[in-house]
Parts: sequence; structure tokens; C-alpha cells
Amino acid sequence: MASIVVILSYVYYDTISLLEQQDQETIRADVLGLTDQYRVGGVAGILETIERRNAQKGEMLYMLADPSGSHIAGNLVSLPINSIPDDSWFDFKIKSADKNATADHTAHGYNVQLPDGYQLVVARDVEDIRVFRDRILYSLYWGLGFAVVIGLGVGTAFSRSFLRRVDSITNTSQKIMNGNLSDRMPISGSGDELDRLAHSLNDMLNKIELLMQGMREVSGNVAHDLKTPLTRMRARLEDALRGEDKVAQRHALEQNVHDCDNLLATFNALLSITQLEAGQQRTSLENLDAYATLADVVELYEPLAEENHGTIQLRAQPGLIIKAKRELMAQALTNLLDNALKYGASKDGGTHIIVSGRIEQSNTVISVSDQGTGIPEKDRTRVLDRFVRLDESRTKPGNGLGLSLVSSIATLLGGKLIIRDNNPGLKAELHLPYAG
Amino acid sequence: MQPQKNETNADLTGDVWAGTGNYMRILIIEDDKDAASWLMKGLKESGHIVDLASDGELGFAVANEGRHDVLIVDRMLPKVDGLTIISQLRSNGHKTPILILSALSDVDERVKGLRAGGDDYLAKPYSFSELLARVEGLGARKLLDPKDAKLKAADLELDLLTRTVTRDGKPIVLQPREFKLLEYLVRNAGHIVTRTMLLENVWDYHFDPQTNVIDVHVSRLRGKLDKGFAEPLLQTVRGAGYMIRAR
Ligand SMILES: Nc1ncnc2c1ncn2[C@@H]1O[C@H](COP(=O)(O)OP(=O)(O)OP(=O)(O)O)[C@@H](O)[C@H]1O
Ligand SMILES: [Mg+2]
Repeated sequence: MASIVVILSYVYYDTISLLEQQDQETIRADVLGLTDQYRVGGVAGILETIERRNAQKGEMLYMLADPSGSHIAGNLVSLPINSIPDDSWFDFKIKSADKNATADHTAHGYNVQLPDGYQLVVARDVEDIRVFRDRILYSLYWGLGFAVVIGLGVGTAFSRSFLRRVDSITNTSQKIMNGNLSDRMPISGSGDELDRLAHSLNDMLNKIELLMQGMREVSGNVAHDLKTPLTRMRARLEDALRGEDKVAQRHALEQNVHDCDNLLATFNALLSITQLEAGQQRTSLENLDAYATLADVVELYEPLAEENHGTIQLRAQPGLIIKAKRELMAQALTNLLDNALKYGASKDGGTHIIVSGRIEQSNTVISVSDQGTGIPEKDRTRVLDRFVRLDESRTKPGNGLGLSLVSSIATLLGGKLIIRDNNPGLKAELHLPYAG
Repeated sequence: MQPQKNETNADLTGDVWAGTGNYMRILIIEDDKDAASWLMKGLKESGHIVDLASDGELGFAVANEGRHDVLIVDRMLPKVDGLTIISQLRSNGHKTPILILSALSDVDERVKGLRAGGDDYLAKPYSFSELLARVEGLGARKLLDPKDAKLKAADLELDLLTRTVTRDGKPIVLQPREFKLLEYLVRNAGHIVTRTMLLENVWDYHFDPQTNVIDVHVSRLRGKLDKGFAEPLLQTVRGAGYMIRAR
């Protein structure tokens, strides 16, 4: 709408001023001609020219007057020539008394002071231009008015509903801040910017709620998990303080240092999981052949497995390209191998572990499998949670953070950890996006 | 936690401090008073001369005099940050070995520390025996020329070019990783090397696997080294780590 107004204004100024200029040029030329004739032939010299031109109805208008202002020649009769400033442009309306001209038309003219006090007005009927100008101005005004009205109307309606929706978002956030964490931003369904904003706010709220839920669970579990060793440590210290036996006291202190180390390890694992979930390390991931890490870690664990009458087999080829960090991959693998060694002894007593790597569709799949008791189907998701240990495992060292750590590493790398049945035993599979 | 002399019972730090014999001048730059005095006490009892600076500015000034054999620098310090001190010292041309202490344990932080010019990085909380082993290892490091093609400890000889090992002239066949492990132990001969140091330097892992995988590797190596010899060369220092006899 605004652009129409701009175009019209341009047309207006450009065309009108061009037309007006042309008229003025014509008048000026006429004035020059007539003044020359006057200089040569005096009043008589121009009288004839004026009479001849005014014989027919035309666009040019003239008036020759004597020094007192009385009409001598020309079709313009009604002009109060004395009250018009000398040697200047002026506009006037043609009267019915004027001859051979259309009354009520607008005219544009020049008033010349001739030598000896005679006066001459040369003018032109500019009604056409005036009408044209008015028409353009008219449409311009209308256009502008229309634009303003429509703009205001639509704008008000729009900003009303906009404000109403912003208000409801504000209200909802207020409610959430007051503790109603499950509340969500309203969505109008139009899919506009506000809806997109509401969507991403809701996604954020979902994530926060999930994290907070996790935190609550963790703090509960941490409190519980700390209580047992702390109670034990406290009892041991009290005992040592009461006794006199130096050797026994020393033993108690050593035991406590050992327990402290375990607690620290628990905290470190928890912190690692938290950091992984925060996802900061995602920026420093690089292309890595997981094969090298598999081989490394297998080599690191092989002697230990052999010591336990077990074996570790590596079934993989180079080229398992993933976006990761060697350290993180190794950490995930050592946790899985650690579990396999702890829980994966088969019925005949040996622990037979297979570490394999393959490319499956768009994923690199790395698996660690054993032939132990495995994890019952119903517990396979649960064991990925922090501090979850199955009853049969309580006799073995550990605090139930291993699989959580592996799972959060997999998530950080854009993949997932899947626990499967190895018939018999457990197969832990890391599905990570292939990056080759 | 501090080691006591003349104790018949093996304590946690064992005879950590007794191993080295020659003392070092150590500068601790650490603002935590408790941690600093605990460190100072332990290091002094281990026979070292210890100075303490409690902020970065003072720490840098003292370290810049170049009178110390090893610097222990806390990562986060008031006034001037630990890493800034280190990179400034390095650009001033100081080569003093530096151990960085930090509450930040993740690998990226570690890399930053080493890039700034630190020689070793220890995450808090750490045990005193771990710290002492690393400090003494750093102090001894400058005695060895890394370009030497042959390393010796007692009657053991490693040829780094041919990757062969002999003890008392008799060849010992080692796997590549075992060779690397032995090389690290021999470079630190006469000093205690902790399990974590081995994991970091021989395997390049900077996390703690739950199970102690290192012990099995070391005992296999020991089996090969000491088989047929009356005097054991590779010793276990209870509660601390391992050590290869220098003589
Ligand atoms: N390979 C396996 N075979 C059978 N059960 C397993 C296996 N791996 C894990 N589990 C079960 O899942 C539980 C959780 O494992 P996770 O690794 O998270 O903790 P953990 O091994 O008990 O302790 P941590 O890893 O912290 O030392 C274990 O306690 C065990 O009950
Ligand atoms: Mg585990």
C-alpha cells in the first residue's frame, strides 16, 4: 500500500511539474516576443498581434492595459491588473466576462511592465493540468487514507492477539516459577513465530523437568549410598578411638582410607555422568577409528581375563569410524569389560568375552558379550539408571554407575546403548553413527 | 596420612620417601592453606626443602628466580591464574618441571594444562603417595637424556633402537606394551611409579578403570624380568606402586 502512495507521489511531482514548466516556457516565449514587438512598434505594434490571436477561442489569454489599468486589448477583461504585482507569475480564475475563454477555468499568467507605463498580461488556460493534478492528489489522499486505515485496523487486531498471547506466555512462566513445573506454554496451532517460541520453551521445560527428576533421584540415591559407608567408617573410627591396640588402630585407619577412596570413586563417576549429560565435550569430538581403541582396551584387559581363567576375543576390522574421543570410547569399553569379568562367568567357570565391531547400515555397532547369567528382560532399561544393581550382584564390588556412564557416553556421541540377550549371557551393544 | 619413620608395619605410603636419597627444592604455589600445609609437611618429612607461595603473583615472582627443582602449581589461584604463571615462566625460558594440581579432572582441562607448559597434571583429590611419586619422578626426569638410545638400571639394559632387553647379558623377550612399560619404569628407576602414572604414561588413559588391570601387566613383566635371578628387580611398594631398582 505504501508503495502505491510513493509511486503516485512520484508521478504527481514529476508529471505535474513537467507540464507546468512547459506552460511557463510557452508564456515566457510569448512575453519576450510581444515585448520586442512593443519596443519596435509601440502599442500599435502588439495590438494587432493580440487581436489576431484572440480571434478564436484558444488556450492563450492576453490583456493589454494603459498606465491607469484600463483595458486596451486582449480577451481578458476582468483582470484587476493594477493589483497584480509587476513582472511576476500569478494564478487566477477566468470570469464569464472574459471573451473567447472558458469561464471558471484556472489560468496561469505573467504580468509584464512595458515601457511608458503600459501593462501586459500573458496567460494560459491550465485547467487540464489542474484537473489532472487534482485527480492524482485525490487518489493519493485516498490511497494514503486507505493504507493508514487498513494498516491501523489490521495492526491493532494483530497486536491485540499478539499481546494476548504474549500475556498468556508470561502468565504461564509465572505459574511455572511458582512451582507448577508441569505447566506448558499455550500453542495456537498457527505455527507462527510465537508458536515456535512456545514450542522451544516447552522443549526446554521438558528437558529441565527430566534433569530435575534425575537430580532428585540421584540425590536420594546418593544420600542412601553414602549413608552405608559413612556409618561403617564412623563405627570403625569410634572403635579405634576406644581401643589401645596400635596395630588395630592402624588397620582401622587403612580401612577408612580405602572406604574414602571408594566414595571418591563414586563421586567421580557421578560427576563424569553429569558432565557427559551436560554435553560440553561434544565440541571436542573428532573422527576416530574405534578399532584401535577396541584393540587397545582388549590388550589392557586380556591378562586380567586370563588370570580369571577366561578369554577375550576381538572380532573387528579397522575402519570403524565414529565421531568420538578415544578416552571416552575407552572408558565405555572398560566399563563393559569390567561388567563382563564381574558377572559374565559361564557355568563351566570360565569367562568368555567377545568384543566385536561392525558397520550396520549407518551405524557402527560395538558389542561386548559374555556367557554369564545376563540381565532379565524386565530389568534391561532399569540397569541403565544410576545406582541400580540387581540383587544377585550385591556380593561383587561396584555401585551401579558403570552402565549409566556407558549410556551417557553413547548419548553424547549421538548413539545409544542397547542391552540384549546373548543366550546365554549378556550382550551390550553400542550403536553409534558411522562417520566414515 | 604422613609417613612415619621406624615403623615396622608397612604404612600406606610405605617407604616412599626412603627411596630417593637426594633431596629436592620444591616450590608450592597454592592458596588453600590446609592443603598447602599438609603438602608441605609431607614433602618435608620426605626429606625435601619446601617453599610456599599463597597467591599467583608471589608464586610467579619466587618461581621466576629459578631456585627450585620442581614447582607444584594449583590451577586456580588468586591474582594470577596457575596456567598464566606456567606459560609466563616458560616464555621466560624456565625449564623447571611443573606439576599442576587441579579440581578439574576432565581430559580437555588436562590437555590445556599440559599445553600451557605443565609436565604433569594431578586432579584433586589425590593421595599424598601419588603426589610424591609424581614430584620425585619430575625431579629425576631432567637427569635422563631422552635421546639416549640405551637405558640402564642395575644389571638391566634396554636398547631403544632395537627394542631389545637384556638382564645380566641374557636376552629377555618382551611384547611391545611390556617394553613400553619397562621403559617407563627404567626411566624412573629408583623412584616409585604409581598405577595411575603407568596408566597415564604407558597406556595414555586418564580415567580410573574400576578393576586393577595394571597389576596383572606388571606381575607378568616381573615374571619375565626376575625369572632365574635371586634378586628381584621390580618391586611392589605396598599401597603406593612399583619401583625398579636403580642399582
Ligand atoms: N554382563 C553382565 N551380566 C549380568 N549382569 C550384569 C552385567 N552387567 C551389568 N549387570 C547388572 O547390571 C547392574 C548394573 O551394572 P553397572 O555396571 O551399572 O554397575 P555395577 O557393575 O554394579 O557397579 P560399577 O559399574 O559402578 O562398578 C549390575 O549390578 C549387574 O546386576
Ligand atoms: Mg559395572
